[in-house]
Amino acid sequence: MTLPTADVASLLETVDTDGEVAFDGLRIAHTDAGYALETDGDEWHGLERAALEDALEPLAAYVTNWRYWQETVGGEGTARRAFLRWCERAPLADADADADADVADDHPSVDDPLAVPERYDALHEGLDREWGQLCITARLVDDAEHAAGERVYDLWHVDDADSDIADLEVSDEPRDAREIATYDEDGRYRPLKTAPTLPSGWAFTGLSGVELVEAVGYFYPATVANWHRELWGNVDVDHWTETAERQTGIYDVVDELPREAVEWMAEACCVDSQCLRRREWQYDADDELDVDGGDGPFPCREPCSLVIAAARKWTIIESEAEHTYELELTTSEYNQLAELIDAVADGRTDEIREADLDDGANRYRARYLRAKRVDKEGDLEARRLDD
Amino acid sequence: MQALVIAAHGSHLNPDASDPTYAHADAVRETGAFDEVREAFWKEEPHFREVIRTLESNEVFVVPLFISEGYFTEQVIPRELRLEEWDPKKWDSDGTSATHATLEATDVGKTIHYCGPVGTHDAMTDVIVGRAERVTGDPTIGEGVGLAVVGHGTERNENSAKAIEYHTERIRKRDRFDDVKALFMDEEPEVDDVTDYFEAEDVVVVPLFVADGYHTQEDIPEDMGLTEDYRLGWSVPATVDGHRIWYAGAVGTEGLMADVVLERAADAGADVGDARGAIRKAVTPADGVDRRPETEPSAEPGD
Ligand code: SF4
Repeated sequence: MTLPTADVASLLETVDTDGEVAFDGLRIAHTDAGYALETDGDEWHGLERAALEDALEPLAAYVTNWRYWQETVGGEGTARRAFLRWCERAPLADADADADADVADDHPSVDDPLAVPERYDALHEGLDREWGQLCITARLVDDAEHAAGERVYDLWHVDDADSDIADLEVSDEPRDAREIATYDEDGRYRPLKTAPTLPSGWAFTGLSGVELVEAVGYFYPATVANWHRELWGNVDVDHWTETAERQTGIYDVVDELPREAVEWMAEACCVDSQCLRRREWQYDADDELDVDGGDGPFPCREPCSLVIAAARKWTIIESEAEHTYELELTTSEYNQLAELIDAVADGRTDEIREADLDDGANRYRARYLRAKRVDKEGDLEARRLDD
Repeated sequence: MQALVIAAHGSHLNPDASDPTYAHADAVRETGAFDEVREAFWKEEPHFREVIRTLESNEVFVVPLFISEGYFTEQVIPRELRLEEWDPKKWDSDGTSATHATLEATDVGKTIHYCGPVGTHDAMTDVIVGRAERVTGDPTIGEGVGLAVVGHGTERNENSAKAIEYHTERIRKRDRFDDVKALFMDEEPEVDDVTDYFEAEDVVVVPLFVADGYHTQEDIPEDMGLTEDYRLGWSVPATVDGHRIWYAGAVGTEGLMADVVLERAADAGADVGDARGAIRKAVTPADGVDRRPETEPSAEPGD
């Protein structure tokens, strides 16, 4: 990579104005004794301007890296900047205006940062990151259209990592993500954007940083903002009781949902097989739920509208009294009930082969059971023993 | 930097419910009047609760894509946005006169200009008339024609009827149509008896709803006798009791709604430049007929 003179001029102008530039392993200071230059491995002191420019010649990566982050991306302290830095494994703390602020380096999304030379090597190849079911590739473009050190981003489904781009529906318009995110593979509506049912077969290529964040925002709304807050230790979790008590109108009742039912609800809705947000909300600040919250990169900071709507249903159901029923079933029929529940709960019914009569959730098995044990009103034939 | 947030209901069941919201947001995006434009929902994502944190702007204009002042605009949206200082009195409204209130969203420390709903803005009157022009294909529609503006009624919210009556009165004063009436689904005067209320042979019926759905695509057409069964569809115009009924579908899908959104934000102090002119130009070519594709029906009963 050759060193663009405009970038050097702009960098040195900043040094002269501020007295110093320290960014991503590059440090240039202007003192009475001339310029001092430091990189991850080397240092020079007492340089004249011309000598400094000569010394920068082999350090083009540091210079263009500075320009990309400070002039193209900007937005110090924003979630957008932090996310783009995460995409290329740049140190995250540098992305914050307040460099002293503690970034949580034990965060599940954070790994060892790459210094500029290694990062540039990786960016030439293309650096991949996963965000839920999204795969993001950050890469450097060395062509006439783009400034040196300019990054572009590709975005596709993790399942398409090995697909030929020619087989994918390619777009460069972030708003197209809305339509993709609306339906699953079977064309059913996806009311929960973070459900692991994102269809594959598409790709966004050559997005700018702003466009990438916009597209990710359509696929997984607000996940970047909440991830950013969590990294800097200020994600505002609203636990079940606070969220439930806040509700009004038809959802006013949900705070009556019993403690154990909240546990079942989290198991039903919030585990990784159903939702890729990592549930951070608990029953209460000091009363954790036993169910696993998942381990995705972005947090869930309060029960979502879908869970609140479901909670209303379960609150109404849980307010009913329990009864004892007596019914006749063979052992196989009894086991079949559990198999049926299992197949529906795991969304497996479509996969059961037509003639697989060994599977209790097979359609013929279910129809047979209905013919034998369900009356004309559609009720399971049973006697209630209490009143 | 200034941002616009269009706050709408959305749906867990119907993928089309949010189409008008996206369409109006895109129209505003095209004008470039705001640094950021975001859709936010009660039943979709980003939720009202988390939308403000997705913005980099410090000045945020929130415009509810709702027809009337009431439960959602006065309680739900301000609460979910964490406008802790909010009190409906800040709008100082008689039920249709809310403009805006300036507050702080406490989770992000940003200034929120919380606007009244689109449905009660004066510019909405033009959208209703524009809808009548579009459904009849006649940019001068009025003489010899009756216009019915249809709403829910008071069952759920007293202000919902007020919003309907407000625009009805404003259109009546223009003396453009032979007669203008407010009709309701759940109270007198009822939309079922539409033909009883007009002498004119031609009657245009415009439902003041944000999105098409169960009410506008099933209930109202059947109640008016346009069709026996909504699934069979109906013709426009349809003949009922010797009247020709031109039924329009929800006014909220009209392209000019983006202009009302901008007006709301501008009234609250947003700098929208000449964006309104750009939108009016985009949706009303020389003959006054909006040819942008209409959005599909949406929203389900009880959803
Ligand atoms: S509440 Fe549960 S289902 Fe909803 S977004 Fe959070 S983790 Fe996912």
